[in-house]
Amino acid sequence: MSDLLWIFISALLVNNFVLSYFLGLCPFLGVSGRLDTAFRLGLANIFVMLVTAFCTWALNTYVLIYAPYLRLISFIVVIAGTVQFIEMVIKKLSPALFRALGIFLPLITTNCAILGLAIFTTNRGYGLVEGLVFALGAGGGFTLALALMAGLRQETELSTVPDLVRGTALNLITAGILSMAFMGFSGLFSAT
Amino acid sequence: MSQPSEMSIQERIKVLWRDHAMSREELARLWRENPDFAAELTKGLWRDNPVFAQVLGMCPMLAVTNSAVNAVAMGLSTLFVLVGSSAMVAYLKGWIPRQIRISCYVIIIATFVTVADFTLQALAPGVHKALGAFIPLIVVNCMILGRQEAFASKTSVSLAVADAIGMAGGFLFALLALGSVREILGDGALFGVRLFGPDFEPWVIMILPPGGFLVLGLLLLLFGWLKERRERLILRLAELEGQAQ
Repeated sequence: MSDLLWIFISALLVNNFVLSYFLGLCPFLGVSGRLDTAFRLGLANIFVMLVTAFCTWALNTYVLIYAPYLRLISFIVVIAGTVQFIEMVIKKLSPALFRALGIFLPLITTNCAILGLAIFTTNRGYGLVEGLVFALGAGGGFTLALALMAGLRQETELSTVPDLVRGTALNLITAGILSMAFMGFSGLFSAT
Repeated sequence: MSQPSEMSIQERIKVLWRDHAMSREELARLWRENPDFAAELTKGLWRDNPVFAQVLGMCPMLAVTNSAVNAVAMGLSTLFVLVGSSAMVAYLKGWIPRQIRISCYVIIIATFVTVADFTLQALAPGVHKALGAFIPLIVVNCMILGRQEAFASKTSVSLAVADAIGMAGGFLFALLALGSVREILGDGALFGVRLFGPDFEPWVIMILPPGGFLVLGLLLLLFGWLKERRERLILRLAELEGQAQ
């Protein structure tokens, strides 16, 4: 049990996917303009990550033991296919949720956090439950970082800065300071 | 990104070809001597630099640049993948159906990444270990997919290769710039060679994740400043020319 808790907290705060592994930076810098869209993207991401964790486990257990060199190709194809499939299912079952997620659902396919999750899960040899908990933590961490960044950006939009700094440079420096703040969590647990 | 004000030589030849304006032998000769090859090769290095000008491929950019050696290994792997997949996409462009083109590109890219991954593992196990999951993650580097969609799928194999070499060169340049600054400040060394005396106190933060964000932010500022200065210079020149007339 404590193992699972440690995996969760580690993915959520200590080894946050965005701020310490630099995964999913494109949506982090691109879609963090507004708090509500950032939050929705985060939720969509958690959902896709959970499904990916399950698919990764199934692939690793039943298929890839026979053909390890196909790992990367099968992961990326399965992720793209799954996202497409989920999109169709949600559209059919719950049009309201589909509208809320909007363009973000297809965009998630090219989010490196998803493939990163699949690769980390494989490299660390997580089983099904561990993988799902890891996905939940990683997705939660992504949502947390995205929401924090969106809040910070809404403030910086209103402040006066030189035109040259405005845009990506300012966002990166803000992210650097946010990342520094997250380093504080590394003392949260003694290294196990 | 700067847009060229006039059509490229390639496009002008295409228009002439379509309009039957000149003999086709003459046009074919011009096409072969096409100087665009050099232009495609050099544009990625600075003007359309994938990182500084287009802000693409940020994830590997920040994750592996805590030392110059890692940065070079990442840059070379990306070069291999980008050149290979661009050539392949440009060659296969007639056979790839439009509706599923993205999936096809991704599978082609993933194939080359798998090759790069295993090659690096065999030749340089230490570097492979240091780069960890980030070699497989080249698949989702948006710069690579972006070049296939924006360029390689619309042009000839040779131009696609030139563009790929230029873009990957620009990426390597950006990786190296970031990696050297972080290694020099964070470790007092470059490519593992000590630069300062024993009294140097390393700025450890530069090797840690926040340093990546900060240094890249500052490098983007520098690039923006140089670009703005150049634009001001061009404006001033135009003004002076107007006065002289």
